[in-house]
Amino acid sequence: MQTLTDRQLALLKRLLFVAALVPAAQLVWAIAFDGLGPNPVETLQRKTGTWTFNFLLLTLAVTPLRGISGWHWLIRLRRMLGLYAFFYGTLHFLTFIGFDHAFDIGEIAKDVVKRPFATVGFAAWTIMLPLALTSTNRAIRALGGKRWQALHRSVYAVGILAAFHYFWLVKATALIWPIVYTTLLVALLGWRAQDRLRRYGPWPALPKVQTIRFFRR
Amino acid sequence: MLIRKPADIPPSEITSPAVYAERRRFIQTAAAGTIAATLGLPVIAAPAPARGEKLPNVRPSQWTVDEKLTPYETIISYGNFYEFGPDKDSPAKNAHRLRTRPWSVLVDGEVKKAQRFDIEDILKWAPLEERIYRMRCVEGWSMVVPWVGFPFSALMKRVEVTGNAKYVEFWTLADPEQMPYVRLPLLDWPYMEGLRLDEAMHPLTILAVGLYGEVLPKQNGAPLRLVVPWKYGFKGAKSIVRIRFVSDMPRTAWMKAGPDEYGFYSNVNPDVPHRRWSQSHERRLGEFLKRKTLPFNGYAEQVAHLYAGMDLRKWF
Repeated sequence: MQTLTDRQLALLKRLLFVAALVPAAQLVWAIAFDGLGPNPVETLQRKTGTWTFNFLLLTLAVTPLRGISGWHWLIRLRRMLGLYAFFYGTLHFLTFIGFDHAFDIGEIAKDVVKRPFATVGFAAWTIMLPLALTSTNRAIRALGGKRWQALHRSVYAVGILAAFHYFWLVKATALIWPIVYTTLLVALLGWRAQDRLRRYGPWPALPKVQTIRFFRR
Repeated sequence: MLIRKPADIPPSEITSPAVYAERRRFIQTAAAGTIAATLGLPVIAAPAPARGEKLPNVRPSQWTVDEKLTPYETIISYGNFYEFGPDKDSPAKNAHRLRTRPWSVLVDGEVKKAQRFDIEDILKWAPLEERIYRMRCVEGWSMVVPWVGFPFSALMKRVEVTGNAKYVEFWTLADPEQMPYVRLPLLDWPYMEGLRLDEAMHPLTILAVGLYGEVLPKQNGAPLRLVVPWKYGFKGAKSIVRIRFVSDMPRTAWMKAGPDEYGFYSNVNPDVPHRRWSQSHERRLGEFLKRKTLPFNGYAEQVAHLYAGMDLRKWF
């Protein structure tokens, strides 16, 4: 498990690609056979929203999992996970501009400006867009690793905006899921914070300092 | 639009929704089954919902709209009834625990004599009418529902209210044995809604006992519920056990839960947004695109005079 051969990794990628399409396939199936329930649009919006958040969390889980397990090949799945977050996020965004506003730009703009949960949702999708566009190897080379990485750190902001989006749209009696998702998000971002502190903490590393001995050996 | 001349046959008599739903399900299951079998996918056939008992002698009413009815299955499977849980499908899942017989309703407060009425007697207060009403939820979805009921004013012939009676309160049952979620502080139980006396006396205001010509399903507020079609749906208290006449404006369950989000009047008003979302449009259940919400839910011609001179932004 520590290392995978190229063949194993290629297979794993293919499996992941198909598995990540299952929620979308289920929705297509439900649309075709009237399985979306009494309020089809609400079901579509909830499912696409939930899967966007799921893939965001999975994407953000790669680095901590890799740090903890030492499975460095995990990093090579991250781009696909991120792109799936964008894929479901885009479907989610389309249900909003299409079903809620019939693609009326004026109405969409009004909603985005006036309703905090629409504002943060729109902001999150807008931030994801350049990340998706710069996900190719060529873009990484063109930008240069450092700048590319700096840009792609904005995925943290996407996660935080998604959490606010979720909290603001549910009613007070249904806070349990936003709380669960936010807890996971905080754990994943928190791991990074402590990892950074541990590695490049604000204190200088002083390997030669000895702990005070109270007792002579 | 209200049709003044009543049809001879209530629309729900023409096509039995059960037969319609059954045919539709058969076609869908057959189609889904064929494809699923080809792809090797499992097929789960949804069981047909148990239907209520037919209510006798239901008359058509002039207070009815001529719009496409929301299917029976949708009306019974999607709604808010927090006593049975916070999700839209909670009532359909949990309302079977409700015992609707024996059932009585206490009428008290500003009346000469408080009285308790048995549901069997209440059903005989007035001829039952089919009222097809639009129902607009404060959350932004809507339905067209063929209720069966009688005007609230029928109650006024049975009790003598005092001169102090200005408002009416409608109290829902709150029995933790039957309604598991009243153990949780989702709202200040028991659920209570209220109307000004003239609103309650308006001919559009009904006490409903049926749906689609049949006994009201438990998840829709059996055995007796309030329906006020020009107001947001939550004003229609369900499973009523007490009707109280009072002199002061009641502080309803939702006013206590969110005073800046839910006002006493809660008339459907596209121009007054909810604090968190717009009320200008609504989604008719089953439709993909939203439609414009009408002032007073399309009943402005009948009810706007009740609010003449009032600032409806202040009295939302």
